[in-house]
Amino acid sequence: MVRMPVLDLGKCNCCGLCVSVCYCNALVVINEVVTVVQTEECGWCTECEAVCPTGAISCPFDIVIEDQVR
Amino acid sequence: MVVEISFLRESPYFSNLSDEELNLVRKIVFEKVFERGELIALEGEPAGALYFIFSGAVKVFKTSSDGKEQIFSIVRPGDSFNDVPVFGGAPNPFSAGAMGPVVIYGIEKREFDKILRNNSQVALNVITVLASRVRHLTSLVEDLSFRPVFRRVARILLEYAGDGTGPIQRLTQQEMAALAGTAREVVARSLKALESRGALRMDHRRIVITDREVLKEAAGSSFGD
Repeated sequence: MVRMPVLDLGKCNCCGLCVSVCYCNALVVINEVVTVVQTEECGWCTECEAVCPTGAISCPFDIVIEDQVR
Repeated sequence: MVVEISFLRESPYFSNLSDEELNLVRKIVFEKVFERGELIALEGEPAGALYFIFSGAVKVFKTSSDGKEQIFSIVRPGDSFNDVPVFGGAPNPFSAGAMGPVVIYGIEKREFDKILRNNSQVALNVITVLASRVRHLTSLVEDLSFRPVFRRVARILLEYAGDGTGPIQRLTQQEMAALAGTAREVVARSLKALESRGALRMDHRRIVITDREVLKEAAGSSFGD
């Protein structure tokens, strides 16, 4: 399963800015609620996190050392 | 679409204006629509209008000599941009681009000049807005000059990476900004700078530290001693 941006609905005010900037359709509004959709197309651009005015959506990075990855 | 008075009333430029005054402003407002990726304003070009975001998000950025984009701020509904070059007269210090579909309202510089000459309240409001911009930029300059964010971001990454034997830790750019006591955009620029130095590689959902020694050097020689 692809790791996707994390959405905190408690902070989300459904402004839709994240949906408007998402180019891979990973974020959609369903029944007036912002929803994260699993997709391989998510390139982790983090623009959804950048535009969110309430900090409701986040894109965490794994902090790893090169040898840990190999 | 004609701009609503309620939208104008929310703007700090038009606060404390009567409905009659707002109606006069409304008449000179034009609407523009942009799609994702479209340029709204270009660095170095004269600024012809003051813009207000109605819907969508706009990034305000500069392009470095090696072609890299550095975002200074993100403008959201209700915010304005192009303020400084419109009132100062100099060319745009930044470019502005649509991050997704965007609807903006604009007022031509020459029309805004007429409002300023005829309405002292608007002139006072402009002073207040520009003063807040100066305050924000002063804080940014202080941050970059006396408390190098670059060094703090490098330290944070070294702490969270550990020695590579423990469980993998995760951080968002927003969390890094909070830890470093700075803005998210500054963290993003610091990460790009560290990547160009060869200290790390941005790899989709991972920040891979490719050279710990370079990262330690960036963090400051006292780190890890």
